[in-house]
Amino acid sequence: MVDLLLQNILNALQWGSFYALIALGYTLVYGVLLLINFAHGDIFMVGAYIGFFVANFLLGAYAFKLPTALSPPLVFALTIVATMALTALVGVTLERVAYRPLRRRGAPRLYVVITALMCGLLLENGNLALLGASRRSFPTLIPATVYDVGGVLVTNVKLLVILATILVFFFLETVVRKTKLGMAMRAVSYDRMAVPLMGIPVDRVIVFTFILGSSMAALGGVLFASAYPVLEPYMGALIGWKAFIAAVIGGIGEIRGAFVGGFLLGFVEIFVAALFPSTLRDLIAFSTLLVFLSFRPTGIFGVARATKI
Amino acid sequence: MRRFLGFWLYVIFSLVLLWICQARWLTPYVQLVVMFIGINIILSSSLNLINGYMGEFSCGHAGFMAVGAYVASILNVWLFTSHKVFGPALLSPSAAVYLFPVTLFAGGVAAALAGLLVAFPSFRTRGDYLAIITLAVNYIVKSSVENIQAIGGARGFMGMRKVIEGMEAVWNIPWVMLWILVCTGLTVWVLHRFVSSSYGKGIVAIRDDEIAAEIMGVNTRRMKLMAFMLSSGLAGIAGGLFAHILGYINPGTFTIMKSTEVMVMVYLGGMGSLSGSVLSAVAFTLILELLRPLQVIKWVVIPLLLILLMLLRPEGFLGNRELTDVFPRLRRWFAAGKEA
Repeated sequence: MVDLLLQNILNALQWGSFYALIALGYTLVYGVLLLINFAHGDIFMVGAYIGFFVANFLLGAYAFKLPTALSPPLVFALTIVATMALTALVGVTLERVAYRPLRRRGAPRLYVVITALMCGLLLENGNLALLGASRRSFPTLIPATVYDVGGVLVTNVKLLVILATILVFFFLETVVRKTKLGMAMRAVSYDRMAVPLMGIPVDRVIVFTFILGSSMAALGGVLFASAYPVLEPYMGALIGWKAFIAAVIGGIGEIRGAFVGGFLLGFVEIFVAALFPSTLRDLIAFSTLLVFLSFRPTGIFGVARATKI
Repeated sequence: MRRFLGFWLYVIFSLVLLWICQARWLTPYVQLVVMFIGINIILSSSLNLINGYMGEFSCGHAGFMAVGAYVASILNVWLFTSHKVFGPALLSPSAAVYLFPVTLFAGGVAAALAGLLVAFPSFRTRGDYLAIITLAVNYIVKSSVENIQAIGGARGFMGMRKVIEGMEAVWNIPWVMLWILVCTGLTVWVLHRFVSSSYGKGIVAIRDDEIAAEIMGVNTRRMKLMAFMLSSGLAGIAGGLFAHILGYINPGTFTIMKSTEVMVMVYLGGMGSLSGSVLSAVAFTLILELLRPLQVIKWVVIPLLLILLMLLRPEGFLGNRELTDVFPRLRRWFAAGKEA
């Protein structure tokens, strides 16, 4: 009984890690731009696909081969780094092509949100049109080792995912709270009109935010693909929405919120799936959100902003 | 007499269209497209009440459509046909001729009640958070339907075709087309009267500044409740009609993709413009059908078109303007009538 509980807690931690990693991207962009980047779930999908191609390239699956064969752990490390860089590029391109012109013109935020939704659809269906509907399986880079700790099964991938998420959380907390760039990000969020007057390059701060958010999604994508090695174009849609819920429950715009919300949602889903038929999972996840928002509209760490007339 | 010119024009148009369908001058495919245009007009103009006139961002319209579709279909199948789950017909199939509008309306009422799920949180929440609530309601409706095995669960629900056949046995006229024309006309008329009444102006006041509107004596709670219930109720009626066009519904139809489609129509037409919504519903449905041969590429082209639209003309066809503002001559024709 106890080991079953522990096993489920472990599963929930892993599942929540993916949500937390994606929610961090939502929260960063929202915190700075007050924009819900609805394309973020699909950035996660793009990350997983880029990771797939990079890993296969490094393993020598394509015509152009590397001079020496690399060991799988090295391939895994290189894949993560390269994927994060390439996916960040995608995120920045999106910002550059779609969001920035709108922002320059001072378009209402709703239009930017619609554009983001459409960018998400574009990525999903562009992928479908380009690569076809066939699923791809991610190569095994880290051979799974199962540790049996008193009846609880722990795999190394699971540990890696949870550890990576915690590290990322502390990294982002430090960036936002301690560095000059983080200060600039908070300043842009606080008052976008006054910030350029202080000599802060707003565009550069925003680009950096997108780099951070997209690379976290890419990290999530590669880790997700290592844990569940099936890739399909719509994999980012539902997990993206759920991660967004996680960000909202935590209080969007707060990094701690994304982290806590992600794990909270992970726990809710895993325990619902453990106790009830698993078809109820989405229903309960979304109902939780509805009830939660009715009682606490700003999330766990969110602070209501007073509106002035 | 001139006041009702728009109304009579619409009646004549509808009669002509019905006659053409009756005489089978249109292929079934073209008829289907015309019917979808009608449904999309209802959907986009009702969503425009929330997104355009009230300035909230609702992105779960397909959820209400699903409620209406399921309630109306289940009532019809239960009352007028024998079904393996619901048993034999309670009433004779010919009664459907008189009771079809009632069941359709019941679907609308059920959807309006589901709209309360969004309306109550909207008192405390605004903007982005409300968008999430609408989205959550869409998913909640979809996965609830998936979990009720009696109505087919994820496999879907069918049997509405027999109801239509029962109606056609009494009088052989294109019933679905008739009801779509009636409902489309009514929707546009109701919404037009609503937003141009002094009562409906309160909704526009909420868009411009909620707190100021409250201070000026607008009962914002009641307005929001009204707007959400009216909008979702109309979506429910559209859903009921949609179910009877196809004769088969499944929860997979009413996903965020469908909601996005409706949103696209609203933004294409322009926020706060009823005639814009009507025009864009027509244009968008036609574009969708024209792009059908492209298959997968279709859903690449449409988002791309919309992104370009947002970049080049963010206010849509007619943002916050009506057709009568662009062509003042039209005002003669639709003095107090409607755009149809």
